[in-house]
This record gives sequence, structure tokens and C-alpha cells, in this order.
Amino acid sequence: MRVIELENVAYSYGGGELLSDISLRLAPGSFHFLTGPSGAGKSTLLKLCYLELAPTAGRVQLFERPSEGYSRDEVARARQRIGVVHQDCQFLDHLPLAENIALPLTVAGRDVEAERGNIAELLRWVGLEAHADALPPSLSGGERQRAALARAVVMSPDIVLADEPTGNVDWEMGQRLLQLLVELNKMGKTILVATHDLTLIRTAKSKVAARVLRISKRRLQLAGADL
Amino acid sequence: MSRAGAIAAALRQKVGKALALLQGDGQADRVVPPTGFTARLTLFTAGAMAFLAVFALALSLATGRVANRWSQELARSATLRISAPADQRAAQTAKALEVLESTPGIASARALSDEEQKALLAPWLGVDLPLENLPVPVLIEVVESGGLDVEGLKQRLAGEVPGAVYDDHSRWRAPLVRAASRLRLMGLVALGLIALSMAAMITLAAGSALAANARVIATLRLVGARDVYIARAFVRRFTQRALLGAAVGTALAMLAIALMPRAETTGGFLTGLGFTGAGWLLPLLVPILAAITAFWATRAAAFRSLRQVT
Repeated sequence: MRVIELENVAYSYGGGELLSDISLRLAPGSFHFLTGPSGAGKSTLLKLCYLELAPTAGRVQLFERPSEGYSRDEVARARQRIGVVHQDCQFLDHLPLAENIALPLTVAGRDVEAERGNIAELLRWVGLEAHADALPPSLSGGERQRAALARAVVMSPDIVLADEPTGNVDWEMGQRLLQLLVELNKMGKTILVATHDLTLIRTAKSKVAARVLRISKRRLQLAGADL
Repeated sequence: MSRAGAIAAALRQKVGKALALLQGDGQADRVVPPTGFTARLTLFTAGAMAFLAVFALALSLATGRVANRWSQELARSATLRISAPADQRAAQTAKALEVLESTPGIASARALSDEEQKALLAPWLGVDLPLENLPVPVLIEVVESGGLDVEGLKQRLAGEVPGAVYDDHSRWRAPLVRAASRLRLMGLVALGLIALSMAAMITLAAGSALAANARVIATLRLVGARDVYIARAFVRRFTQRALLGAAVGTALAMLAIALMPRAETTGGFLTGLGFTGAGWLLPLLVPILAAITAFWATRAAAFRSLRQVT
């Protein structure tokens, strides 16, 4: 079984091909890192995985269904099973942090009041229990990254896709975020992390059986033993 | 379930949905940040358009009433004009009355008195008119009761009262009724244009709110919000505002119309502008129609805008 499968996928933008002949299979409970230089197409590849972008060639399958068969409503429902930690941590700036973290529950029509305990527990897990009522613009980069991770997992998704989750944080905070991702993986979640932070990858490999993929010259390849 | 029962159940469901929409969903409503400018714009537009719509409705109803009244009153009345030498006027008038009274379809016939004729001519010739020195024809007011053979009557009058001319007012009645009917149609067209203008303004305001919240919409889609959920948050907000603004505009317009001079005290056509009896209930439809217009305009704008977000 594959939760995400890309088969000979290509993606072109502005007349140039950004990704070419990409094939990727993510099994349930697997941990993958996606690395490569800035602008290599890591974020684009993640967006193809959660159907924000459509491939210009090849085939994307999500939860064993071809992406082209998804209606807009089905894409929305599929995203309720995918937690995305976006590079720029999109939040609703007018809502307190606790409500932002509960947002996937709200849009899914779940009773947020009944989930108050879980949300408080999640805030403790990411070390933000003191910031439950704070508005997102008042948080630091690291706090926003942790909050984004909390929001990504509040629906207990099958997959967590994280785009540069440690991009705006110091080493210590990066380690803490990594630990959270490892814990999620141990709970059975499929993790795909796009990062150019090789130190982070090396640390992770000592904690979890992670595969490292590298985008190089528009193509995806298994990274060498140096990682 | 019978067909009527099924229709009633479907109607109840629709009304329930509409009430739920107006009632709102506290949690869902909070996901879209408050927008002061578009809120005020929508409230003002809905209020102003409702005010104008109530006046257009009043105009349309008033002209409708006038058209009907003119049509009915003029259709039932006619005038017999007798132009004869002074020494024959009395005899021809008596003969004409005799003919009219013996004609089926005539309810009554009455020669106007000198005072009534003076009153008719006073606006043009002054009040102290020496009627006896002027070649003014005798006028006989005829009220028809239906089934009158006008051509037969004219032939009889031509034979027995040579100076008589029967005028059933059709020559000038038709253009008057046509003008009033046209005015009523223009009132209805104005109502339609007001509804379209309001839809356009609300579409612009909704489009502006949607554009200003592009980041919010992208975030909502990212966390799994369906289009209908996002659209509903905007639709509910604009529908509520349109309903509130239109209710205020309608109330003000109804008050203004109620305070207008009454027709029976001053006379004249314009003072008859207003509602009568159950007609006062019609303006209450304006806020509901405004809310329905806002609902569809915002919904269309929201889905059009959401199609650009993956």
C-alpha cells in the first residue's frame, strides 16, 4: 500500500521544467527526507503531494487514487488526512493560537469545544501552552514553526508533510521540532520533510530509519552514504 | 408521502437552511476576519437601494391604481354635446334625454347645469362668465351600465337630435391609460434595475473582501476547508448585512411615504403616491429580496474567486 505515489511526474513553470521524471512511493509509517539546494523544487514536490499543484506530466496518486479523479471537495477531505507544515507557517492572524491550531477541526465541522482537552495537550506537547491566547504575529519564528506542527497533527492525519520546518529556528529548536516529528513517526504517521539542513538529517538518522532523497538536476535520487 | 407533503417538507428544509444561515455559526464565522469597509459599504448600499426600491414600488402601485381608475371611470362615462341655435337648444336637449333614457345600456343621463358648465370653463375663461351670451354647447353627462350599442345610439341621435355629438372619451382615454400603464412598467423596470445595481455593488464588495482575504482562503484550503465552507462564511456575512441595511432603508422609506400629504386633503396625482391597505405589506418583501440578492451575488463571487485557489 502507498499513501502517496508519484510516477514519472514532471512539473513545468514559466516555460521551464522544474521537476522531471520523478517517481516516489511513500509507504504508511515511513520517514523520508527530501533534500537539495534552494530552488531545486522541494516545495513544489510537496505541493504535488498534497494536490496544491497538478503535474504537467506523469501521475500522482494519493491514498491509492489518481489525483485527476479528485474533485475540489475530495481534495479538501484528503487534506484533512494530511498535515502540512508550510514554509511560511500560514496562520489566521486575527485568531488566537489555540483557535488556529483547532482550525482543521473547525473546518471539518468537528466540535471544537469537545476537543479543548486535546488542543491543550497538543499545546503542551509543542511547548506553547502559555501562548494559547496569543495572536500569531506576536510569536517568534520557532514558536510559529511549532504551532504549525501542532496544527498539522491536530486531526491525527495519516501523513505529515513539512516544508523546511527548521528553516527559521536555532539549532536547539530545530532538534526539538525533529524530536516531535520522530515521535509522530513512531505513532505510525508517514513523514516527508523537505529540508536543506544536512545536520538535521544526520541527527534524525540516528533516531529513526529515515530514507533521504535528493533533488538534483530536476530529478529525484536516493542520497548517498555521506548522509 | 403525498406530493404536497413532500413539497411542504422540502420548503421547511429550505426555510430551516435560510434561518440557519442568518443565525450564523459562531466558530465558522470567526475564520474570516471582520472587514469594516466592505461591511459599511454593503450596509449603506443595501439601505439606499431598499429606500429607492420602496419608492419605485410605491410609484408603480400608485400609477397602477391611477390607470385602473381612469380606465374604469372613463369606460363607464360619456358626454353628449349639443350644438344648436339658441331657440332649439332646449328642445334638442329634451329630445336627447328622451332618446338616452329609452336606450338600453344607459344607466343615467343628466344635462349639466349652467353653474356646472361655468365651473368647467372657469380655469380658462374666468369665474364671471356670461354663459348666456356665448355659443357654449349643452353638455349631457351619460353613465353607461354596460351592453350599450354605441353605433346604434349615434345613428338614432343623428336622426332625432341633429346637433348632438356623442363622445365616449375613447379618443383621449386610451393615451392616458397607456401613459399610466407605461409609468407603472417604468416603476417595475426601476425595481429591477435597483435589484441589479444592488447585486453588482454587493458582488464588488464581496470581491473586494475575498481579494483582501486571499491569504485566509489559502490557509483554509490548506487545512482542508471545502469551498462551500469558505463561501458560506462570506455569504452569511453579506446576506446578514444586506438584510439589516435593507430593513433600515425600507423602514425609513415607509416612514417617509406615510408622512407624505394625503391625496384627499390636497388632491392631485403625486399626493396619491403611497400604499393602501394590504399594499403596506409589499415593502416588507424588499429586505427579503435584498437578502436573497446578496446571497446569490456573494455566492457566485465567492465560488468564482475560490476556483483560482487550489
